[in-house]
Amino acid sequence: MKVLVPVKRVIDYNVKVRVKADGAGVDLTNVKMSMNPFDEIAVEEAIRMKEAGKATEVVAVSIGVKQAQETLRTALAMGADRAILVEAADDVHTDIEPLAVAKIIAKIVESEQPGLIVLGKQAIDNDMCSTGQMLAALLGWPQATNANTVEINGDSAVVAREVDGGLQTVKIKLPAIITTDLRLNEPRYASLPNIMKAKKKRLDLKTIVELCVDVTPRLEILRTSEPETRQAGVIVGSVEELVAKLKEKGIV
Amino acid sequence: MAVLLLAEVSDGKLATDAVSKALTAVKDLGSVTVLVAGQCSEAAAAEAATLEGVAKVLSAADHGFSRMLAEPVADLILSIAGDYTHIAAAATTNARNILPRVAGLLDVMVISDVTAIVDADTFERPVYAGNAIQTVKSKDTTKILTIRTTSFDPSAKGGAATVERLDTVAMSDLSEWVQNEVAESDRPELTSAEIIVSGGRGVGSEENFAIVEKLADKLGAAVGASRAAVDSGFAPNDWQIGQTGKVVAPNLYVAVGISGAIQHLAGMKDSKVIIAINKDEEAPIFQVADYGLVADLFDAVPELTEKL
Repeated sequence: MKVLVPVKRVIDYNVKVRVKADGAGVDLTNVKMSMNPFDEIAVEEAIRMKEAGKATEVVAVSIGVKQAQETLRTALAMGADRAILVEAADDVHTDIEPLAVAKIIAKIVESEQPGLIVLGKQAIDNDMCSTGQMLAALLGWPQATNANTVEINGDSAVVAREVDGGLQTVKIKLPAIITTDLRLNEPRYASLPNIMKAKKKRLDLKTIVELCVDVTPRLEILRTSEPETRQAGVIVGSVEELVAKLKEKGIV
Repeated sequence: MAVLLLAEVSDGKLATDAVSKALTAVKDLGSVTVLVAGQCSEAAAAEAATLEGVAKVLSAADHGFSRMLAEPVADLILSIAGDYTHIAAAATTNARNILPRVAGLLDVMVISDVTAIVDADTFERPVYAGNAIQTVKSKDTTKILTIRTTSFDPSAKGGAATVERLDTVAMSDLSEWVQNEVAESDRPELTSAEIIVSGGRGVGSEENFAIVEKLADKLGAAVGASRAAVDSGFAPNDWQIGQTGKVVAPNLYVAVGISGAIQHLAGMKDSKVIIAINKDEEAPIFQVADYGLVADLFDAVPELTEKL
């Protein structure tokens, strides 16, 4: 079974986000970019499937700017077999909408015919949490989002999902979509020899023109603004003082 | 304009708090029809009909919808989607699973975690873990929205909408429900609780979480946790508050041993009053707290529990 793993290049999760003063978006110029953390978990899960003999090949795919090659090299260094980059934007500030991303991946699926697609449950930049579900809809495949554990058994998968009340376990037919939650695994670090080896692995370039996908945004971003900030309050000296303050304000 | 509001139902009961807040968000957009799916949905449908601002309730009682699996419920919504300009739901894990699938089937974008509705086409939503707010205008014919309930007040009761049965049967065999592991608790539900006591990495172990739970029980509060605490196995996943967990806005939020990482603040910074107890006076949580106490939580929290 071939496993396809879409990965996104996003602002590094440790970087403080700065909203541009003119409301035109978040400043990503000269900002450290990394693989979306949930996608790292997806790559790790696919590699573990291969190591366990459940998968035969792991193909990473990224949609975005040219520099997303670096993100794909990270996936290759972790253990993916090969990679596909779909160049869909020139400017790092252009975020391709999940619907367009899902359409592009659906095109890749036509030629690659994977048995499973594993991707992050959300990207930490647009926080849309929707690419996997949209892709499942376009392909007519089942979906198991927010995966906590995954077990592949022949032509089906049993997935425990992180839901509001706890865990929900579902059985889905393959081919299927699985999106990863935080507790699914701990992604490995790529070793130096593997980083070197990754440079020689195959990375194919495609364009949205050759894939014939319309990526015109459906949502026009009118403005991006800073959220209201909270003011720090007071530091109290003791539990007694805290209790007194809370009672005084009628909070407890 | 007409709105279809997918109701959150668990164990046959309407999640009234979530549904009525989502209703507040969408009711000015047009006539609101609430869709209640699942066996035993009659009671939930009747409850939904009492919410002020609901014009009609549709009850799809086939057993195949009971577990709110994305594949059959998305098909159900698709079968009636043509009647509506907006399809919305409270941003629960169910809705966030189902509605993007509906959007994919309809070839439209989903607009996740809406915090304000500007007009019928224009919406505000947080991005980058709430560090920026985007105002987006949709060009799609059908708008699909998940609503961040902490941004809206619940709708009043007193309505008397009609309830209609939908005879649609779940046909999808792509997925099947196996089991739920849901922790039984007498405490309030996290996203609708008035008070939340939350523990972080500083709590140190699963056993030590009892200190946090005791304070919560004294206050009649729900218990939450930071991602660090959940990842370390101190607390179950459904307690997690933050960018990738639950978003809450109680009247009182007590953060115990939580440093205040950006992704945690994203889930609780709209709380009305925040108390932080942490031994590190440099912890970023103190920058958002109304009352900060720099102290060892193992001394301060039991003392607080006793003195309240």
